[in-house]
Amino acid sequence: MQRREALQRVAVLVGGTVIGAEAFLSGCKTPPRKEGLFYDNDVALMDEIGETILPAGGGVPGAKDAKIGEFMKVIVTDCYTPEDQDVFTKGLKAMRDAQFMDLTPQQRHDLLVKLDKEARDPKYNDKNKHYFKMLKQLTLWGYFSSEPGATKALRYIETPGHFDGNLPYKKGDKAWAT
Amino acid sequence: MADNHFDAIVVGSGISGGWAAKELTEKGLTVLLLERGRNIEHVKDYVNATKAPWDYPHRGSKTQQMIKNYPVLNRDYPLNETNLDYWTNEQESPFTEIHRFDWFRGYHVGGRSLMWGRQSYRWSDLQFEANAKEGIGVDWPVRYAEIAPWYDHVEKFAGISGSKEGLAQLPDGQFMPAMEMNIVEKDLAARFNEHYKSHRKMIIGRTANITEPLPGRTNCQYRDKCWLGCPFGAYFSTQSSTLPAAMATGKLTLRPWAIVTQVLYDKDKKRATGVEILDAETNKTYTYTSKIVFLNASTINSAWLLMNSATDVWPDGLGSSSGELGHNLMDHHLGVGAFGKIEGYEDKYYYGRRANGIYIPHFANLFGDKRGYIRGFGYQGGASREGWDRDIAELSVGLELREALSEPGQWTFGMGGFGETLPYHDNKVTLDKTRKDKWGLNIPAIDAVLRDNEFKMRKDMQGDAIEMLTTIGVKDVQGFEGNAVLGRGIHEMGTCRMGKDPKTSVLNKWNQVWDAPNVYVTDGSFMTSANCCNPSLTYMAFTARAANHAVDELKKMNL
Repeated sequence: MQRREALQRVAVLVGGTVIGAEAFLSGCKTPPRKEGLFYDNDVALMDEIGETILPAGGGVPGAKDAKIGEFMKVIVTDCYTPEDQDVFTKGLKAMRDAQFMDLTPQQRHDLLVKLDKEARDPKYNDKNKHYFKMLKQLTLWGYFSSEPGATKALRYIETPGHFDGNLPYKKGDKAWAT
Repeated sequence: MADNHFDAIVVGSGISGGWAAKELTEKGLTVLLLERGRNIEHVKDYVNATKAPWDYPHRGSKTQQMIKNYPVLNRDYPLNETNLDYWTNEQESPFTEIHRFDWFRGYHVGGRSLMWGRQSYRWSDLQFEANAKEGIGVDWPVRYAEIAPWYDHVEKFAGISGSKEGLAQLPDGQFMPAMEMNIVEKDLAARFNEHYKSHRKMIIGRTANITEPLPGRTNCQYRDKCWLGCPFGAYFSTQSSTLPAAMATGKLTLRPWAIVTQVLYDKDKKRATGVEILDAETNKTYTYTSKIVFLNASTINSAWLLMNSATDVWPDGLGSSSGELGHNLMDHHLGVGAFGKIEGYEDKYYYGRRANGIYIPHFANLFGDKRGYIRGFGYQGGASREGWDRDIAELSVGLELREALSEPGQWTFGMGGFGETLPYHDNKVTLDKTRKDKWGLNIPAIDAVLRDNEFKMRKDMQGDAIEMLTTIGVKDVQGFEGNAVLGRGIHEMGTCRMGKDPKTSVLNKWNQVWDAPNVYVTDGSFMTSANCCNPSLTYMAFTARAANHAVDELKKMNL
């Protein structure tokens, strides 16, 4: 704690971020607490991964606004098979090892583009899953079925009231959430 | 009158049981409607009906715990978070599968009328006559002319929307205005109908979703959340339709938590005298007496109940003297068809979630079309634009991906077949005397498989779909085949078939058990063949007809 305050003061003094400060700090903290499958900072990590996949912008909220990290935690914990959980948590470890949280937005983007390409390799399939495919699917599903995603990125009408099978559409009009 | 005596007892409150209760009470009988599960009250108990996708912890999906608890339901779409309470608890009510049989059940007031697919089609004589012409099973003792007025009767009350098409194999009915096809379906249907002329037709599905109000019911609001229970009462269910009508007579007693364990039989009078039930909550046994008994417990359970009844007279149960009780179990086989992409129409979309699609009625082996098997199949399908779950290979992550997925994708069209299953004596339900349910009752064992005729048909169900979609201009057409297993159609039928001869059938033409004429079986059990279209409307019509018959017979003192 004192070290963090000290470093922050240094940062203020030199007028910027101390390069490597996060790594320095985390190296000295007690190991993060693990509950179930996830460390307590994994939700924040998954939030940032999700936000990189589906970012906010143009007045539309992103995956983080949809609490995507919490969503992933719930789904992976409750709905995934033990085998899939294993693939997923190993993938999350790979993201931690890649210091994802310390990367700039551009670096995060580039890393995920690389992983997306890797996950599309035909050697990955239902028997041999790539964790990034899971992260991406969870992000899309969790985001577009969330209230911010369904109502801001898409259109959601609880009770349409009637059917029109020939609705004019122009580019930019949002898709129906359901 | 003692409070355990009624003019009629109806066992089961699903689609056909609800109809029996309505018709019998409206004709002045006091009726006890027995339901083995809990009550679900219209609107009030549709607890998820107005929830949004994000209101569910798992967004409607299934958890590993659910998969563990519902291993049978997990085999297909019904296992989900949104209406889990409507599906039978598999731990409490197991059944034995000699061969895999996907039995998806609903044990509560309303039964599967709450979750059904609502597609509603009449049979024609092409189907009623098929068994006799081809020497399959036994002949139907009924022809279209006899059942047509009863189709009229039930359609008018239930509310079926559809289009009049003048098809020989799919008679028109008393329809409310049809739902609309979307623009792509309209164009494809026009091309289809032009190409195939009168022999094959693509029409809008006929569905028990009302498009005009009925008393106490609002027309369909296009929410597509039917299987949660409709707060508008916009689709036919026991709760929205027959139960309130029966209740309004003041002659109905509804008793949930009543597992009927046997039909009581007086061997001297050769009549049923009532039923014995086990209270599912207290395990206490009660007896109710009546002049007539209607069995509407669903195909497998009605057969099970008869097998447990009058065993002192017939070791294999009431109605077993023909040797056909529990046999000839049928379903529709499905999970096979084709889909593809539609070019253009980028400036077209739709509004509203229409819980209906297109329908292509039976054409194989009709009108000069000859196949290497008998009977046929129909297709259900539709066109829509892809949603956010499509893959955009060139956009991996980022703002552009989010924006692209926020718009609808390409139009696609897909359809799946529903094929007829023949009545095979060897496809059967028996009692498994080695296993018991939560209440200590022996459970049914199901021994049924698809056979050569069905497997041959499935090849065409895929091949014809690919060919037809390609012909009408669908692009990148791909066939699919899976789920070649019985039960999955959720159209079990045939275990108490009706016929002309007590030696070869369980029921006569009025749905009466030959051996106990005051017992009527009017759920799917009575079906002598399966046809390929959704059967519930036919159960409704035969139930109303049987109820009318029963009341006439009571008046004539014949029962």
